[in-house]
Amino acid sequence: MLRRTALILAPWAVIVLVWYAIHYSGIVNPALVPTPHSVLRRFGELAGDRLPQDVWVSTRRVFLGVMFGILLAVPVGFVLGWYPEVRRFVDPLLNFFRALPPIALIPLVIVYFGIGEMAKVVILFYASFFAGVIVMYEGIAQISPIYVRVARTLGARDDEIFLKVILPLAVPHMLTALRVALGVAWATLVASELIAAQTGLGSLIQNAAAFFQLDIIYVGIIGIGFIALAMDLGLRAVARRLVAWQERIA
Amino acid sequence: MSASESARERIAFERVSVEFQTRSGPLRVVDDVSYRVHDGEFVSIIGPSGCGKTTMMNLVAGFVQPTAGAVLLDGKPVVAPGPDRGVIFQEYGVFPWLTVRQNIAFGLNLRASRVPEGERRAICERYMRLMGLADFADAWPKTLSGGMRQRLAIARAYAVRPEFLLMDEPFGALDAQTRSAMQDLLIEVLHAEGKTVMLITHSVEEAVYLSDRIVIMTARPARIREIVRVPFGHPRTESLHEKSEFGELRSHVRELVMKEYAEQARQSVHVPV
Repeated sequence: MLRRTALILAPWAVIVLVWYAIHYSGIVNPALVPTPHSVLRRFGELAGDRLPQDVWVSTRRVFLGVMFGILLAVPVGFVLGWYPEVRRFVDPLLNFFRALPPIALIPLVIVYFGIGEMAKVVILFYASFFAGVIVMYEGIAQISPIYVRVARTLGARDDEIFLKVILPLAVPHMLTALRVALGVAWATLVASELIAAQTGLGSLIQNAAAFFQLDIIYVGIIGIGFIALAMDLGLRAVARRLVAWQERIA
Repeated sequence: MSASESARERIAFERVSVEFQTRSGPLRVVDDVSYRVHDGEFVSIIGPSGCGKTTMMNLVAGFVQPTAGAVLLDGKPVVAPGPDRGVIFQEYGVFPWLTVRQNIAFGLNLRASRVPEGERRAICERYMRLMGLADFADAWPKTLSGGMRQRLAIARAYAVRPEFLLMDEPFGALDAQTRSAMQDLLIEVLHAEGKTVMLITHSVEEAVYLSDRIVIMTARPARIREIVRVPFGHPRTESLHEKSEFGELRSHVRELVMKEYAEQARQSVHVPV
């Protein structure tokens, strides 16, 4: 147990050491690389100030974007995965939109959705949907037809096959789609908060950039990373319980 | 349990042909096949791999429709799969998201053969015991060996009380010892509850050991080369393998099957480009 903890912490310790090394070695101008302890001190100050509000607002935006994105990605991905004829026509469209970076859409989003919460959630929705839908349909397309055949020989009707065979087989893919979408949404957060955001981790970073407060930028970046990591770990714990039957569990 | 000539006809192939559409035109896989399986009879279909044996099982199971002729079950043409025909696939098809017990109960929870809770439980217990799965009732299939998964597939098929058992290379993926144990288990279960059985196999040994009759197919398109009657009574035990009559019959069948393999090899050399 102790060994395991040590192994998990080791890479983090290495990063902190390298960080110190870069600061003190002078390879890079030390004024441009705040030390870990100064970033930590800044974190402490912000934690009693605007940081809780930033975390809450950003988390809510990510949550809403991912929720709507996945709510749409699951049925759409399902149809595309299950009906290859539909996929043939829709696939180029998906790849077209998927290739557009959300940041390039910001001007249009502002035109159509304004500069409020809605605009930020729309960007995150866009990113989550396209990430999720691909994972979902690739997964569904790989479901082996043997299970449907077996169910038919046991007397299952179409609705029973959907509810008792296809749905349980789709659950792991839904969870993977959710995981991927969450990761992508956190990665897109800063872009979404380019739209006139007063609060949020992305706006924290951008405001700090305007005043060259490097330590605050580090606090924002590390904050986003840790929240995304915590959510992923949580989701994996849920997945382990929900799809304990799988050969290989994420 | 061996079928006499007078026994009722259950499965009938009436001049059945099957063609599949391929990119290079229609491909005939079954050609003018006629034979009958009687009540309680165990019939094996044997022939070179890729000759169309599986298609013959799919016809009875209801997954494939004949291009010409008819496949009849008790005189009525087969139109779709149904719980009266239990199918055992080579790849098991055990549902990985259900435990052993839930797998066996799957068919009993469907509208087609739903039974009350108490009866369902009793049926599950019975087949878990019969198939040696009682200690694994709540295990996920991922923890089971290949032999156990196939036992589970058989238990699941039996649970809905089919009248026919259709098996497509059911033991093909198992090692020799497990395979032989599974054959004896199958004999045991069939002894306990007779079924009309069609077994697709490429193992001569297996066909002779288990069947009342063996239908030997030609290389593609599958035609009937010969139907061999197996004269041994039931129930059979392992020692049958050592008997000289067994060896003679096995040699006879093997010779016929080998000729077809040779024919198939010749065909594949002459395949037009």
